[in-house]
Amino acid sequence: MINAVGREIPEEILKMTGKEPYKGAKAMDDHEFTRGAAKVHAVVDPGRSKLAANIREVLEKCGIRDGMTISFHHHFREGDYVVNMVMEEIHKMGIKDLTICATSLGKAHDPLVPMIEDGTVTSLRSSGVRGKIGEAISSGKLKNLAVMCSHGGRVRAVESGEVHIDIAFIGAPTADEYGNLRANGGKSNCGVLSYAIADAEYADRVVAITDTLVPFPNVPASISMTKVDYVLVVDEIGNPARIATGAAKPTTDMRKLRMAEYCTQVVINTPYFKDGFSYQTGVGGASIASTISLTKIMEERGIRMGFGVGGLTTPMCSLLEKDLVDVLVDTQDFDLGAIESIQKHPDRHIEISASEYANPFNKGAYVNKLDYVILAALEVDVNFNCNVVVGSDGVITGAQGGHPDTAAGAKCTIVIAPLLQGRIPAVCTNVTTVTTPGESVDVIVTDYGIAINPRRQDLIDALKDTKLPVCTIEELRDQAYAIVGEPQPVQFGEKVVGIIEARDGSIMDVVREVKEFSFED
Amino acid sequence: MEIKKAAMAGTLESSDAQVTVEPGNGSIELSIESSVIHQFGKQIRATILETLNRLEVGSAKVTVVDKGALDCTLKARVECAVYRSNDMTENLPWGGAIRS
Repeated sequence: MINAVGREIPEEILKMTGKEPYKGAKAMDDHEFTRGAAKVHAVVDPGRSKLAANIREVLEKCGIRDGMTISFHHHFREGDYVVNMVMEEIHKMGIKDLTICATSLGKAHDPLVPMIEDGTVTSLRSSGVRGKIGEAISSGKLKNLAVMCSHGGRVRAVESGEVHIDIAFIGAPTADEYGNLRANGGKSNCGVLSYAIADAEYADRVVAITDTLVPFPNVPASISMTKVDYVLVVDEIGNPARIATGAAKPTTDMRKLRMAEYCTQVVINTPYFKDGFSYQTGVGGASIASTISLTKIMEERGIRMGFGVGGLTTPMCSLLEKDLVDVLVDTQDFDLGAIESIQKHPDRHIEISASEYANPFNKGAYVNKLDYVILAALEVDVNFNCNVVVGSDGVITGAQGGHPDTAAGAKCTIVIAPLLQGRIPAVCTNVTTVTTPGESVDVIVTDYGIAINPRRQDLIDALKDTKLPVCTIEELRDQAYAIVGEPQPVQFGEKVVGIIEARDGSIMDVVREVKEFSFED
Repeated sequence: MEIKKAAMAGTLESSDAQVTVEPGNGSIELSIESSVIHQFGKQIRATILETLNRLEVGSAKVTVVDKGALDCTLKARVECAVYRSNDMTENLPWGGAIRS
């Protein structure tokens, strides 16, 4: 069946997953459902301890067995030790057929590959994967479909009961012996525990893993003792220095600075740029540079931001230092500066849950209140569809993150992409895989020009008297193809290895097995 | 042109290509490795063969290790390798066999 972004979703995949093809960004508005629920093992006896001696003991106490779904959060990003620590022990126990429901996985989790190969892990749900796990999935090594979901889409799946977590493992920078968890005050801080909050609420068993046990009560707690079954103390849960791996530092690259300047000009010439506006941006070099150049204009014109949403980096937090924003709401810290900020400004830099951030199936999330979001993309096509998950070689190598959530919510969604990355054009006729639908994407900023979605005549009008190099998206594509030639579509095998789940749970696209390139003649 | 001996041009830097030519057995034996093979493999092959044809090279073993080079770069690297295999480094036929 062809879905609303023109992608063929094979019948057998719809049948296998019980899912619908994607029908449009607002198709599920007012959707009624009953939330999922967790089994609870009550702690009535005040004499009972929650402390566990080691991972093995805690796994046994939680009744780990074949076929379970276990969950992890990714606030330590590439510095995470928890996933590998737990999975290694599970592997030793010979448990099979597990589903990993992670908020995201990275190169730090390459050690999972042998466990995918030997059937310890047979299903995977994650915002994305990088490194060797991506290669393993794309070469068909995972037994079942990999589900790539957005941050909002994952918490929707957990809260709606579509995914039921048997055991949640929560890496907590500090914990007391009764399971009050905080993201700061320990030796490995990650700033917030936002993505783990739904897991603590909806999993049957909740295991806190910490390297800093603090006196009771550890307050204010991000996750309360009322949700936590066991507390395990280990030597190290992560390396905060590696949280910033992959995130950009302020750039001196002229191409990125030019795109940042264009982006800032787009922002300040659209009608939402006024006192109290809201804004979110990612960790790309150009996004960070545009936050820096926007800051200057806000200072010059005396315009304050009402709230900033993150995924936060130091340049966003410096808006708070300069008192240019009322409040920052935070689901993840991308660098150590952001982690410092939440400790320094507990009154105005606020931790929010993943559900509050981006869940399409609650009664309203922060993304719905965004004026601007600045995003990046691997590819954008002439229908403004974006791909942030599958690389130009057909291998899964990225994460949806909050991309489709913020794009769906924001009044003005700006995607920054250099027109060419080496020989690979960022603007093309058809993206390899759709992750964010074109109807949610308003402006594409490249180093060669800016294209505005024809659905947004209001933005076209707002920008028509500026000096910005506005052109059509087809003109951007043609410029790119004139330089590098027209790319051939990636050759895939037949087998579907994964799905790109839309934030509402329907299927946006499928990802097929890669196959070795051949000249076909 | 005849490929008289093995010669090489280009680097393995991003957006470049390293082209090696060696004497052949009467035909073109072409091997291509590329970081953009999925999307540009056909175009890379066409550009290499077209350039060899223009230089009237009919017998050669040609190895291309491409790192996302544009067609103009690929052409230049092939031309350079072919002329080097004939020890020609001066008085090259600019605008003749070497043209865009």
